[in-house]
Amino acid sequence: MFTGILDGIFNGLSVGSVLLLAALGLAIVFGLMGVINMAHGELMMLGAYTTFVVQNGFKQLGAPWTQFYIFFAVIAAFLVAALVGLALERGVIRYLYGRPLETLLATWGVSLILQQFVRSVNWVLVIGLILFCLLFFGGLWIVKRRPDFERIRNWAIAILLPLSAAISFAVGSVLSKTYKLAVTKPWFGAQNVDVTAPKWLLGGLPIGNYQLPYTRMFIMVLTVLCVLGIYFFLNKTPWGLRIRSVTQNRNMSACLGIPTQKVDALTFALGSGLAGIAGCAVSLLGSVGPNTGQNYIVNTFMVVVVGGVGKLVGTIVGAMAIGITDYIVGTGILAQLFAPIPPLANFFTFFATTSMAKVMVFFLIVVFLQFRPAGLFPQKGRTVDA
Amino acid sequence: MAAEIAVERRIDSSKRRLIVEAAIVLAIALFFILVVPLLLSDFRLNLMGRFLALAIVALGIDLIWGFTGLLSLGHGIFFTLGGYAIAMYIKLQIPESASSRLPEFMSLYGVTELPWFWKPFYSFPFTALAVVLIPGILAGLLGYVIFRNRIRGVYFSILTQAATIIFFNFFNGQQKLFNGTNGLTDFQTIFGAKVNSPGTQYTFYILTIIVLVFAYALCRWLTSGRFGRLLVAIRDDESRVRFTGYDPTGFKVLVFAISGALAGLSGAFFTLQTGIISPNSMNIAFSIEMVIWVAVGGRASLVGAILGALVVNFAKSLLSEKFPDIWLFFQGGLFLLVVMFLPDGIIGWLRTRGKDLFRAATGRKRIMTYPSLEEDPEVEYERKNLGD
Amino acid sequence: MTRQFGRRKFLLYGSATLGTSILLKACASSTTSSSGTASPAAESPAAESPAAASGDTIKVGVLHSLSGTMAISEKSVVDSTMLAIDEINKAGGVGGKQIEAVQEDGASDWPTFAEKAKKLIEEDKVVVIFGCWTSASRKAVLPVFEEKNHMLFYPVQYEGQECSKNIFYTGAAPNQQIEPSVDWLLKEKGKDFYLVGSDYVFPRTANTIIKAQLQAKGGKTVGEDYLPLGSTEVTPIIAKIRSALPNGGVIYNTLNGDSNVAFFKQLQGAGLTADKYPVMSVSIAEEEVKAIGTEFLKGQYAAWNYFMTVDSPENKKYVEAFKAKYGDDRVTNDPMEAGYISVNLWKQAVEKAGDPGTPTDLEKVRTAVYGQEFAAPEGPVTMKPNHHISKTVRIGEVRDDGLFEIVYETPKPVDPIPWNQYVAETKGFTCDWTKTGVDNPGKFKS
Repeated sequence: MFTGILDGIFNGLSVGSVLLLAALGLAIVFGLMGVINMAHGELMMLGAYTTFVVQNGFKQLGAPWTQFYIFFAVIAAFLVAALVGLALERGVIRYLYGRPLETLLATWGVSLILQQFVRSVNWVLVIGLILFCLLFFGGLWIVKRRPDFERIRNWAIAILLPLSAAISFAVGSVLSKTYKLAVTKPWFGAQNVDVTAPKWLLGGLPIGNYQLPYTRMFIMVLTVLCVLGIYFFLNKTPWGLRIRSVTQNRNMSACLGIPTQKVDALTFALGSGLAGIAGCAVSLLGSVGPNTGQNYIVNTFMVVVVGGVGKLVGTIVGAMAIGITDYIVGTGILAQLFAPIPPLANFFTFFATTSMAKVMVFFLIVVFLQFRPAGLFPQKGRTVDA
Repeated sequence: MAAEIAVERRIDSSKRRLIVEAAIVLAIALFFILVVPLLLSDFRLNLMGRFLALAIVALGIDLIWGFTGLLSLGHGIFFTLGGYAIAMYIKLQIPESASSRLPEFMSLYGVTELPWFWKPFYSFPFTALAVVLIPGILAGLLGYVIFRNRIRGVYFSILTQAATIIFFNFFNGQQKLFNGTNGLTDFQTIFGAKVNSPGTQYTFYILTIIVLVFAYALCRWLTSGRFGRLLVAIRDDESRVRFTGYDPTGFKVLVFAISGALAGLSGAFFTLQTGIISPNSMNIAFSIEMVIWVAVGGRASLVGAILGALVVNFAKSLLSEKFPDIWLFFQGGLFLLVVMFLPDGIIGWLRTRGKDLFRAATGRKRIMTYPSLEEDPEVEYERKNLGD
Repeated sequence: MTRQFGRRKFLLYGSATLGTSILLKACASSTTSSSGTASPAAESPAAESPAAASGDTIKVGVLHSLSGTMAISEKSVVDSTMLAIDEINKAGGVGGKQIEAVQEDGASDWPTFAEKAKKLIEEDKVVVIFGCWTSASRKAVLPVFEEKNHMLFYPVQYEGQECSKNIFYTGAAPNQQIEPSVDWLLKEKGKDFYLVGSDYVFPRTANTIIKAQLQAKGGKTVGEDYLPLGSTEVTPIIAKIRSALPNGGVIYNTLNGDSNVAFFKQLQGAGLTADKYPVMSVSIAEEEVKAIGTEFLKGQYAAWNYFMTVDSPENKKYVEAFKAKYGDDRVTNDPMEAGYISVNLWKQAVEKAGDPGTPTDLEKVRTAVYGQEFAAPEGPVTMKPNHHISKTVRIGEVRDDGLFEIVYETPKPVDPIPWNQYVAETKGFTCDWTKTGVDNPGKFKS
């Protein structure tokens, strides 16, 4: 019995910690900028694919290394996702500040592109893209140095854009004709790819009849480390201070000389990097494929809604609450508890399948929001729109 | 006296304008009913009919997003419910010769008696009402519990999005009641006519256009008067609306319900012309796409919503035919480009840039509010380098 | 002002370029025949394919999801179908005519499937369509095919309970996959079954059949649970399995795609090992094993008609041809092989009928399909008058290299039974489209 309860607690916490890890980056970005990043799931997916690449790279290195690839994968996933996030912020989102709903749509577009990208990425595509960027931005850079740039700017773009696109397209065609399969074969393809945890993470810790999976423990530890890291970063470093101040009052911070644009870029990169770590973690649990991100996105949003913005603790409690409720309802523990009261027991048995549990959790969230519309830990302020 | 004449004239001119607009709408509708079928093949005409049905839900989205500023990512629910209502009616048109008095999927899954909530759908008047009322009322309820607590903006979007998942799970899991993932399909007859015959389909096409015209008229009426101005006020500053003594909750609930009802209608006509309704149309992607149609056409412009629905869907259809492998790139790119560079959509662009181009072409100078400011090099420089 | 001006200009030029490139590509890809591959750039060399040169071609449609959640599985069936078409074209085509394949994307969306099927039939005037994966997509296109009296070859194992005049099913019916595997489990592994499936039609129908079969044969269903499609949080299910089967027992798995990965990883982590909790899967083939990871699957079972390890000269040839076309690390699986069979059966029928028919008249080809035999990679198959094919049933155990060790196979092909005989509602019904004198040859009491 005791081990059973322990097992239940462990499982609930582990479900919650996956949610928390996935929602952490989203919550920070949302808290700071009010931006809902629909591509968050795809950043997770990139993290997962990075893990896959790192794993295969380490397989080449041989025996002792394959056991430790996961640590490098976490770092690599963080970096890759953070870089993509940075590019996303600089290239798209910064033009859309103050328009959260448009941001939502634009990032949805980005998520579609990223999904298709991992499906069809191959050498031809990559070479073509790099060539295009070199030609276009290089050309623009050269033109920019002319004194009459402002006048010819539009013309320059009009000429450069099709020209560089045509050149890269032509090079791509030539390449694919000469080298055939070697360059046109997709790197990952539409199929799922396989990430396998290192040997020491397989199996689990036996306790009585039960066994606690090591991968789950690893993820819980990773989550705790991430939360601690973020806490330290936000509360003990100068940039953390700036981020917090911009979160609380953007205009005032700008007046006091805090470079809000830099803060935005940094925060977004950080949030994306956390998504990358989450992606690395879930690759140990589930599938790695173009749709990986989509499976998590709605749940993580719910965590942010329940937790409220602006406070780390809200996200933590929200994630744990949702995870544990989902687990308790889904396994039918409630139905067993209320067994003496038939109508209640029947009611809970109806919801005791995994897919109906989600229905129940959603209703609970809506009910919860009737009492706490701004989430568990709302930001206190004097504005009416708090 | 003079003032009275002026007022009368204004009324006169606004009346005249309304008549002109009505005439244009009618002319376009007639064009679509009479001329378009001659230009398009059967297949494309069917697509056109479907997309016109989707334009109805685009109007609904425009009403709440364009005018009221509520971004719903859950309109797929209302759309699907409308589709299910009409599909249930058709599924109950069982020919006398059939061995079972139940829709065929039920007998496969061992259902022996028609579930109670299917029974009213024997009657067409009930079905016709249900198509509009069920989604409308559901939207009203959902809206009430959300708006009551002043939950808005992104939170509202997230909640509607989560709601789609819930409804999807529910319909998907209820195989005995709704045939699960497969949805309702294989329609046979409606009013004794074969659903899939070209004649019936053409009738659906005409009906869709008529309903679209009515939906347009309704939205036009709603958005032109005081109600419309109130909606825009809610969009632009809800707090101020509250301070001036209005309670926005009621208005928001009402407009959300109307929008849901329009989605239901749209779903019904879409289902008739597609021949299938399944929980799949409750997926998130479809609901977001609806918003994109409006964004492409132009927010807060009813014509834009219709135009957007047609343009995006035809583009999607053609692109996915030409590039089945990579058309998602184009779709994603379209989202990005529209949001970044055409914030007001096609119609918005025509209104601003189009006017300028027209003036430039006709040699007239652009009207500037503060010419000195617009031409001041220093201001220009600041704009360029420091951002707006 | 200026800045916005610039941005809009950028858009204008951008879209102009996009438009031009689309036009360019459209010209290039309008002649695309059999060489469609995943990469955008690789499409262009299609211009030199023989189809365009000869001028006299037969158009066929290939309709699968290339995007969306189902692309994971369907993409490889497209690859295999294209391989078959390529081979036939290289060998001189069908009756001297080259096959021209028109690919469409069903986008994992059922109405889109119906739309594209209509498009292929009405606009492209194809004489046959190969495609669909999920039952939902097949059900969605079914009215279109019946309305146009057209022809679809459907390459995936499914739940049965259907027998359309316009569809040829080249995947397994339940009695060629599910039922034999349950029998085998009852004999070899135990009587207590826990049923796990994704929340959609195939698993639910399959589990109805399994439950009825277990009841008839003295087994016991101790629980069943369904996971939402695409969900990867399986912790509650594992906990339920453990409490329902404390001392081990059989898990029958009809999960789909993504969920499998999470399921097996968690199963292994929770210590439910293959020796105590053998899992029989019907949706896991070589491709999925690769994606899940062999470590998690070693010793588990799968029931199919074809495994890549089938030892026959036909299979060797097929696997080699596939690897040569798509890369050495690719694997073949059952639905892919069924896609390959589809094209070949159709080709033989066209040759027997003498011509491929026209989009509005396919009657000759249809009757010619009956009785067609083909030496498939899985062994000989025959198209029966009930539109399904006879197939050898095999059960495989996952080995170290991610392929299957075949532990059981039927001595000869099993005849298909589309209407299930364990389920009360369809008991006693059969299907025979050559039969005359019955109301509905698709479903009548024999």
